[in-house]
Formats: sequence, C-alpha cells, structure tokens
Amino acid sequence: MNIIETKDLDFYYGDFHALKGINMDIEKQTVTAFIGPSGCGKSTYLRLFNRMNDLIPGTRMTGNILIEGEDIYAKGVEVDRLRKKVGMVFQKPNPFGKTIFDNVAYGLRVNGIKDKKYIADKVESSLKAAALWEEVKDKLKKSAFELSGGQQQRLCIARALAIEPEILLMDEPASALDPISTAKIEELIFELKDRYTIVIVTHNMQQAARVSDKTAFFYLGELIEYDDTGKIFTNPMKVETQNYITGRFG
Amino acid sequence: MKKLQQNIAFWIIRIMSFSIIAVLLWIIFFIVAKGIPAISWDFLTKMPEEGMTEGGIFPAIVGTLCLCLGSMIFAFPIGIMSGIYINEYAGNARIIRFVRMMTNNLGAIPSIVFGLFGMSLFVNTMGFGDSIIAGSLTLGILVLPVVIRTTEEALKQIDDSYRIGSLALGASKLQTISKVVLPMAMPNIITGLILSIGRVSGETAPILFTVAAYFLPQLPDSIFDQVMALPYHLYVLSTSGTDLEASRTMAFGTALVLVLMVLILNLSANALRRYFSRKTKTN
Repeated sequence: MNIIETKDLDFYYGDFHALKGINMDIEKQTVTAFIGPSGCGKSTYLRLFNRMNDLIPGTRMTGNILIEGEDIYAKGVEVDRLRKKVGMVFQKPNPFGKTIFDNVAYGLRVNGIKDKKYIADKVESSLKAAALWEEVKDKLKKSAFELSGGQQQRLCIARALAIEPEILLMDEPASALDPISTAKIEELIFELKDRYTIVIVTHNMQQAARVSDKTAFFYLGELIEYDDTGKIFTNPMKVETQNYITGRFG
Repeated sequence: MKKLQQNIAFWIIRIMSFSIIAVLLWIIFFIVAKGIPAISWDFLTKMPEEGMTEGGIFPAIVGTLCLCLGSMIFAFPIGIMSGIYINEYAGNARIIRFVRMMTNNLGAIPSIVFGLFGMSLFVNTMGFGDSIIAGSLTLGILVLPVVIRTTEEALKQIDDSYRIGSLALGASKLQTISKVVLPMAMPNIITGLILSIGRVSGETAPILFTVAAYFLPQLPDSIFDQVMALPYHLYVLSTSGTDLEASRTMAFGTALVLVLMVLILNLSANALRRYFSRKTKTN
C-alpha cells in the first residue's frame, strides 16, 4: 500500500525551478533512499513531506502530495498534526538545551500530553527503540549536550519516535558522524522499518545500498530513476544513474 | 626595520590598553580612599541629619533600589517581548530595520531629555506627580533599548536548527520560542538585564524632575511617594548642600556605595552568565 503519493509536483525557490514534474509513490513500511548530487532537489523534496519548506519565504509549489490518501497541502490541513505524523531527523544532531528526558518528552508535551506516567513510559520505550536506553538510563536528568555526536543523533531519533509518527524522514542523518556511530544509525534504520516508513536522503552510496529497499535517483530537479535498490545499484536503466553510482559525476 | 616598527606599534597598543585599566583603578582607588572614612553601619542604615552633614544615606539606598525594581518591572517584559518580536516574528526586513533604527535612536537620546519627557508625561499629564512610578517609568524607557538589543542578540545566537527541530515535532511557533529558544537564550538575556540595572541605578538626569527628593528623611509608603536616590543625593551633597565642606566625606561615601552597588551587579551578571553557560552549553 502506498503511504506517500506525489502527483505532478513542481517546486520553485523564487525563479529557481528546484523540482520538475515529480511523480512517485512510496510504500508503507519500506526504507526509501533519495540519492543524487548536491543541489539535485532531494532534500527539498524530503522537506515537502512534512511541510518544512513552508518556513522558507518565496517558495511556490504546484501538484499534489498525498499522505495516506490525504492532500497535505489542501486548505485546512493542520501543519502541526501533519508533523506529528511525519517525523524528521536532521543532518546535524540538534538536541535542545534540556535534559535527555525532557528532549524526548518535548514532542509529547507540546502535543498536549500531560500524563506523567505515560510520558515516562514513552521516553523509555523511545530511547530503547533508538538503541540509546542502555547508555543513558542512569543520566536522564543530565544535559543532552553531554552526549557524543552519535548519541545525540540517536536521541533526536528517539525524540522523533516518541510522538509515534507513521513516517520518519531522515536528511543525511549520519553525515556528521564517525563510522561507528554511522553503523549504529544504519542498524537502527534496519530495525525501525518494521514499524515505520522511512525516507532517507544520503550522499553515501554504500549507505543507500545497505539500508534501503528502494532507491530514487534525482538529478537537476528531476526524478531520473526509481526502483528496487538492488536493481538501481546493479543494473540501472538510465545512463545518468549508472554514471552517478559509479562515481563518474556528482 | 620592519621588526622595530612592529615593536613600536605593539608597545603603543599595549600602553593604550593598559592606560584604560590604570584610569579605572585610579578612579576606584580615589573613591575608596576618600569614601571609606564615611562608611559605617550608621551611614548605611540611618536617615540624614543636620542638613545632610551627619547621619546616613539609608533613604537614598532604599530609593535607588525602588527605582531599579520599578523600572525593571516596566522595562523587562516590554523589552524582552520587543526583542522576541524583532528576532522571531517580524520577518519583514524593512520592519525589522525600522524598529531597530528607532530603538537605536531611542538609545542615543541624552538622558536629560528623558527626564523632561518623563516630567511632562508621567508627572504632569498623567498626574502621578514626583513619584516612584513616574521615575521608574522614565528610567524604564531609558533602558528599553538596552533590554531590546540584549534580547535580540541573545536570540540571534540560538541556531535555527533548534527552531526547525522543534517545529518538526509538531510544536507551534509560540511553543518553540517559549520552550526551546527562550530558555536557551536566557543566560545572555539575564546578563544584559543585570547590566541595565547597573545603568539605571547610576542615572541622575532622568530622575531629577520625576522622582528625586532633595531631602526626605523617611521611607516611601507607596509608589506615588517621592524618594531620595543615590546619584541625585551625591549631586546635592557636592553642589547644593547646606554646608559643602562638611558634607564632602558624606559625598564620597555615597559615591562609594553607588560604585559598589554597580560593581556587585556587574560581577553577579558575570557569575550568572558563567553558571548558565555551563548548564545549557550549546555545542
């Protein structure tokens, strides 16, 4: 079943035509990787799924994006509701200047949950799901800034999971991390896909090949090729894809 | 040759910067040396007596504290909210530039003009008379630019990734500002606030026509009473007392108390900043 459907999508930053005629469906509980050279539009496209581009002035969009059949750009859509359903993890770990506990609890609290017992349970289960619980269970009241970069990124994942999203968007989640932390994040993505639909933007070909079920290759604002990851990396249809994954440009 | 030039330049720069420290130390030494003889428990806790040549400065200390508190109650909420508006909400670059320019202009107005304005508006038009409230409002307006600027700068230092991270969790803009951005900016905001208290406690001109009493050996009962204040008391003792020679020591004692008050405020601002930046250190 398709959880995200994109129809004839065009997107502009001012006069710059950033995404051109995108049509693409993403299946539920899969990991989809967006690859392509810098400036190809893959991050822009990702940020359309939770309407983060709304924050940038001077942008314009035509076409439709449907999540669970619902047009998320229709009038009357509550953006905070949407963002609760579509979580996001960013390139640079961005835990808030709060305790580890409060970081994870933040999303619950701002969405109106006050039940202390529920929040405590949810913080624990989210930290467990993000494979961070064992490392932080004795210092939940410590500042999140005391964690290492890799731990901070897993904390951000836990924070996103706490509000029970359907979809998890990851914008180069491991690009600021060392190889060991990166491996942990990739392992985590593998475990999370049973429960979440994950879309990940990455510059790392091996990463895309390792973690994703499907891969979409973008170039100059166009979706060049979208297929099973195995096929894209072994037997791509298009010559641009071939060139990119073999490192001939990008 | 090049080396020699460099050495000369370096020494000039070094002497210049040390001369600033020297001047500061000199002023402090001067005031301490002349003021210490006046300082005693009675001086700090008693009313002035004998045409202000004897007794203490207690009502002036209380008056200055009242004015600090009053002006802060007025200036902090307005200033912090304006800072938030400029940095978080205004969006439109034209409006921001306009508000910022006006704020800077407000900060550049001589303080005696604030005094006149306060007299005309708060004392006369609004009918508060010479009173703590009129003086506090006047001083509040005077430090507004400092408070706004500080808040704005403190908010600007908070990286956008925190705002975006909060919004991405379904938080509203107001929640993002009040629960994430403001707490992280607080240490720097507080520092600025304390520095502005220092400024308020030392101002003379704005209180001249709005609150300060020449001689009033009693404590205020309400915010509509006049009070004595340290800087004005100092001015009175040195220029228009009943016996200038006899009150000279008292004047230096008053100056010392005032300087110490400002110094303590500044040091506590520093301590607070260090304490908070350890606590909510950003990476």
